[in-house]
Amino acid sequence: MNAVAWTRVAVIAGFVALVEALCRCGAIKPFTLIAPSAMAASLVQLVQKPDVRADLVFTAVNVAITVAISVVGGFAAGVLLHRFGRARRVVSPLLAASYAVPTFVFYPVMIVLFGLGRWSLIAIGVLLGIVGMIVNTIDGLDRIPRVYTKTAAMQRMSPLATTFLIVLPAATPHLVTGIKLAVTYSITGVIAGEFILSVAGLGRHIALAYNDLDNTAMYGLLLLLLLATTAVNVAIHAWEGRMHRLWGRA
Amino acid sequence: MELANPASVTLERTALVAAGVGHEFRDRNGRTVRALGGIDVSLPRGDFFSVIGPSGCGKSTLMEILAGLVAPTEGSITFEGAPVAGRVPDGIGVVFQEDASFPWLTVRENVAFGLRRARVDGAEIARRVDYALRFMGLRDFAAAHPAQLSGGMRQRVCIARTLVQQPRLILLDEPFAALDQQTRLVMGDELLRLWRESGATVVLITHSLDEAAMLSDRIGVMSGRPGRFVDTLVTGHPRERDSRILGDPRCAELTAAMWGHLRDSSLRAIEAAGA
Repeated sequence: MNAVAWTRVAVIAGFVALVEALCRCGAIKPFTLIAPSAMAASLVQLVQKPDVRADLVFTAVNVAITVAISVVGGFAAGVLLHRFGRARRVVSPLLAASYAVPTFVFYPVMIVLFGLGRWSLIAIGVLLGIVGMIVNTIDGLDRIPRVYTKTAAMQRMSPLATTFLIVLPAATPHLVTGIKLAVTYSITGVIAGEFILSVAGLGRHIALAYNDLDNTAMYGLLLLLLLATTAVNVAIHAWEGRMHRLWGRA
Repeated sequence: MELANPASVTLERTALVAAGVGHEFRDRNGRTVRALGGIDVSLPRGDFFSVIGPSGCGKSTLMEILAGLVAPTEGSITFEGAPVAGRVPDGIGVVFQEDASFPWLTVRENVAFGLRRARVDGAEIARRVDYALRFMGLRDFAAAHPAQLSGGMRQRVCIARTLVQQPRLILLDEPFAALDQQTRLVMGDELLRLWRESGATVVLITHSLDEAAMLSDRIGVMSGRPGRFVDTLVTGHPRERDSRILGDPRCAELTAAMWGHLRDSSLRAIEAAGA
């Protein structure tokens, strides 16, 4: 890690220590926030409970399916829109405006369509996650230098070989950015959907703890979510950074 | 001074012949633009031929047509006696102006790319790649990725990738355009060395009068659009030469002769751009 990264870690550690001290001395009441050490202890206890583990698996499976559909579907849609200019001209303004739409207003529609289970959560997660993948796929394909395709022609490569050996590798940094956004928004969609209305999942467990004024369980689960999402994002961010450095776009 | 005459060169000694090659395309407004008009040129095997002309005269289009990347709308191209009709024939290699190194591959993998595609034997790939890396001064960077190299070194990777395939005709489209003057001269020396050792025929598209004067056996001077050859200058340089030949008075004569042809069309191009 470089000096900036160490400074970042020090700032976070300092903030956590400050919150810990304020909670321990009573400046922050337990009804508002529990100490970080208590959150960690709660987390350790919670992950040993079968019902929490079941919810954790439920949410993880939902997120995995959502990410898979968002990435594969977003990539396929991006390739098709890149290929067919007229369709792209029709859809592009809608994609650009999509993040301004409060997607969760469609959640009741998803429940009507898919029922109060896994698939309505996945549907709302896909609605959120797929857009970033589509946009970045189109962007990546747009930015492939023409000299690469001329090089492929000089090597007398078939369209299939050109796609797999040149086009896809050349677009990789943008595809990784699309995957990062798909993962981030898929997690948000699934957890928030569970929080609003669901039969299972970590989001539902947090909502129940919140309704029961069970701050210890609520903050323990929030810490679990925070650590899990941060770990996933840090890993993808590192992958993305490596791609951009290699491709000379850092 | 010598005007190219395709009929005067026999096929046995000729690498490439362009006869009456013209090219038209439609611009964004649907108007037909005549980019090239009546290109006639014969390249004897082992010739170092440079093409120079004002901006927008169709030099790069000519190179793409010679390479088989673009089909001409009129005329014909033959490479070693066989027609080139919008398909890249075996034995032609191109080095483009833009950086065409693949950033996801190491230098070694980049150089070996075409050989692997052609399913050349592994030991032979290693032998040719090692030679090319040594020849282009890239041996210590074999495991590096292009992003870790300078622009000049990346261009050397692209030249090495072309070199390993042992093309009999090498087309270079302003390969040193993005480099500083000193690096251009050094790369010019390397190109001359490559040309001598490989025995290949070389066509160099360039904006640089000095580069053309220093490197070439013959220089084709193109008119403004629609581009055609208005003169072919024979340099008379010895085959063993390097960038120090720039100090020879003959280079100054050649540069003056080229500029004599290009000055008016360059001025017209600038005026047209201003209008």
